[in-house]
Amino acid sequence: MTSHLRPAVVLLGAFTILTGIAYPLAMTGIVQIVLPDQANGSMIERGGAIVGSSLIGQPFTSDRYFHPRPSAAGQNGYDAAASSGSNLGPLSAKLLDRVKHDAAELRGGRTAAIPADAVTTSASGLDPHVSPAYADMQVERVAKARGVSPDRVRAVVAGNAAGDDLGIIGEPRINVLELNLALDAALGTGSG
Amino acid sequence: MTAVGWLQIALVLGAVLLAAWPLGNYMARIFSSERVSPVEGALFSAAGVDPRSEQTWLVYVMSMLAFNAVGFLVLYGLMRLQGSLPLNPQGFGAVAPDLAFNTAISFVTNTNWQSYGGETTMSHLVQMAGLTVQNFVSAATGIALAVAVTRAFSRSASKSIGNFWVDLTRATLYVLIPLAVVVALAYAVMGVPQTLAGRIDVTTLEGAKQAIALGPVASQEAIKQLGTNGGGFFNANAAHPFENPSAWSNALSIWSMLLIPAAMTFTFGRMIGDRRQGYALLAVMAAFVIAGTAIVYASETAGNPLLVAAGVDASAGNMEGKDIRFGQALTALYVVTTTGLSCGAVNAMHASLTPIGGLVPLFMMQLGEILPGGVGSGLYGMIVMALLAVFVAGLMVGRTPEYLGKKIEAREMKLAMLALLILPFFILGFTAAAAMLPVALASLANAGPHGLTEILYAYSSAAGNNGSAFAGLNANTPWFNTTLALAMLFGRFAYVVPVMAIAGSMVAKPKTTASAGTFPTDGLLFVSLLAAVILILGGLQYFPALALGPIVEHVLMNAGKTF
Repeated sequence: MTSHLRPAVVLLGAFTILTGIAYPLAMTGIVQIVLPDQANGSMIERGGAIVGSSLIGQPFTSDRYFHPRPSAAGQNGYDAAASSGSNLGPLSAKLLDRVKHDAAELRGGRTAAIPADAVTTSASGLDPHVSPAYADMQVERVAKARGVSPDRVRAVVAGNAAGDDLGIIGEPRINVLELNLALDAALGTGSG
Repeated sequence: MTAVGWLQIALVLGAVLLAAWPLGNYMARIFSSERVSPVEGALFSAAGVDPRSEQTWLVYVMSMLAFNAVGFLVLYGLMRLQGSLPLNPQGFGAVAPDLAFNTAISFVTNTNWQSYGGETTMSHLVQMAGLTVQNFVSAATGIALAVAVTRAFSRSASKSIGNFWVDLTRATLYVLIPLAVVVALAYAVMGVPQTLAGRIDVTTLEGAKQAIALGPVASQEAIKQLGTNGGGFFNANAAHPFENPSAWSNALSIWSMLLIPAAMTFTFGRMIGDRRQGYALLAVMAAFVIAGTAIVYASETAGNPLLVAAGVDASAGNMEGKDIRFGQALTALYVVTTTGLSCGAVNAMHASLTPIGGLVPLFMMQLGEILPGGVGSGLYGMIVMALLAVFVAGLMVGRTPEYLGKKIEAREMKLAMLALLILPFFILGFTAAAAMLPVALASLANAGPHGLTEILYAYSSAAGNNGSAFAGLNANTPWFNTTLALAMLFGRFAYVVPVMAIAGSMVAKPKTTASAGTFPTDGLLFVSLLAAVILILGGLQYFPALALGPIVEHVLMNAGKTF
C-alpha cells in the first residue's frame, strides 16, 4: 500500500495546484479583464448606485411596479444569498392552499384563469422573469397607480419582451427588474 | 409538447453527437499512446511512477483506492479547518463532522450529493481547492477505470490492463482541463460570474436590501457539468440564474454533461477495433434518454390537475419549481439526462415535478446510472449489462456466451451479479430502514407517497452516485449524512472492485474470432435485448417500491387527494 501512497500524494498535490488553484484563478483573471460585467454578476446601475443584477429577481410589492413570481428563497423570498425552490410535491396541501390564496388575491373579482407562473415558485427562488401573460395581467394595476393610460404601460412592456433566439432556443419572457427600470425611465420615478 | 420543443431537444442531442465523435477518437488515441510528454514525465518522476510499467487489475484497483483515500482525507481536513484558512470572505466556520464526512465521500465518489447550501456553508477555498479538484479527479478516476475495462476486451491473453497513474493523469491533463477552460469561458460569455468576491449588497428599486452571493462560479460550473459531478456552487444548483443564466447556457449545460459519457462509447469502439460495438451501446443509451424525455415532457406540459381546478391556466404546464427561461422541453431533457448520467445537477426542483415526471428521473438512477451514466462509470456499468445480456442470450440458445470474442463463464457472471446487487441492497435496504425510523421520518417535507419517494430518491441518488435530490428532505442530519455517505461509498467502490475483477479475468482470456454460432453484439437484435435486460432487471428490483411512491401518487392526484 505504501508504494501507492507516494504517487497518490504527489499527483493529488499537483492536480490541486493545477485544477484547484491555477484553473479558477486563471479563469478569474481572464474573465475579469475581458468580460468585467458578466464576471461580477451583470449588475445594473442607476444614478451611480447598483440597484440589482439583471440575472437575479428582486421583490416588488408596490402597485407602481410589475411584480415577480412568488419565491421560496430565504424567509421572505428573493434572498439572493439563499436560493431555493419550495420543494413541495404536486399533492401538497400547503402548495394548493398557497396557490388558491395567491390566485384569489390576483383575480380580484375577475374570472380569468391565472397564468401558471404568477402563482408558482421558481426552482431558484430568484427567477428574474415573468411570462407575457402575467405581465399583461398587471398592466391595468400599474397604469392606475401611475395615473397613465394602460396603452403607455403596455408599450413599455412590449419593448422589454424577449423571445427565442434564432427562432428556436429561448422562451417568451420579460425581465421584471429591467421592465420596472424602463417604466421609471419612460414614465418617471415620481413619488405618488 | 410542441414541435419547437422537440426541435430544441434534437438540436442539443445532435450537437452532442457531433462533438462526441471526434472527442471519443481523440481519447482512444491518448489512452493508447506510448509517448510520454515532458509534462507527464516531470509529474511521473516526482511521483515515482514508471509510465511504461503496466499494472494487473488488482494493483490498478489498489492505486485507485489509495488515490481516493488521500483525496477524501484532504477534502475532509479542508472543510473541518476552513474557518482558519484563507479565501473565506464570508467568514464561514468549520463544517460539522457528519456533514464534512458526507460531503467528502460525496465529492470523491463523483456523486456530489449536497446536504448543504453552497452559498451558506463553504468558503471559496473549499469550493476551489477542495470541491473543484475532486470534480476533476473523481471524473478522471471514472475515465481511467473505463479505459482499463476497455483494454480488458481489446487485449488477448494478457495480464495487465494499463497504469492507473498514467490514465488518471492523461484524463485530467488532456481531456478535462482543456474542455473545462473552453466551457468556462463560454459560460462567462453567457453571464455566469467569475470573481473572488463573496457577495454584493444592493438596494433594490423599492429601497429594500438584497445581498447577492457571488463567487468563482463559471470555473466550477464547467467541470461540474463536464465531469458529471453535479455539485452546485449555489443551493439551487443549475436553476440559479448565476449558474445557468439563459436558455443558451442551459443547452450548453446539457451538452457538456452528455459529451464525455457519449464520447466514451466511441473511445470504446475504437480501442477494441470494432466501432459498431460502441454504436450499439450508444444506441441503447440514446433510446432510454429520448423515451424518458418524452414521458417527462408530456407529463409536465399536461400539468397538475389540482392547480388547474384552482383556476390556474393549464397552457404553461406545471411551473412549480421551474424557472421560466429554460422552457418545458429543455427542462425535461435536463431532468432525464442529469439522472440518466449520474450528474445530479438540476435546473428544476425534482420534488415539485408531477408524479410521473418525478418517477422517470428516479427510475433512470435505479437502472444503474448507465444511460449514459457518469464519465467512465457509465461505460463500465453498461459493459456489465452487456455481459448479462449475452449471458441471457446464451441461456436461450444453449451456447457458451461470448462478448467481443471473450468467453463469459461462471466467474464473470458471479462477479457481475455481485456488482449489480450492491445497488438494490443499499437503495432498498436503507429506504426500508428510514421509512420505519422516527429519526429519519422527521426529515420529510411532504406527507403521503411523496414522503416515501423523497427517501427512495435520496438513497437511489446516493448509491447511483448521482447527487440530485427530492430536496424537500432535510438530509443534513446525522442519520442521513451517515447512511447516504455509506450508500455513496459502496455504490462507487464496492461496485468498481468486482467490475475490475471481471476486467482482470477478461484480459487473461484469449480473444477468439467470431464463428457462425457467435451472437452478434452490434446489431438491432442485441440492442433490443440489452435494452430489455436493463428495463426488466430494473423493473423487477424497483417496481414494488415505485408503486408505493410515484405511481400511487399519480392515481391519487387524478382522484383529487392532497396531503
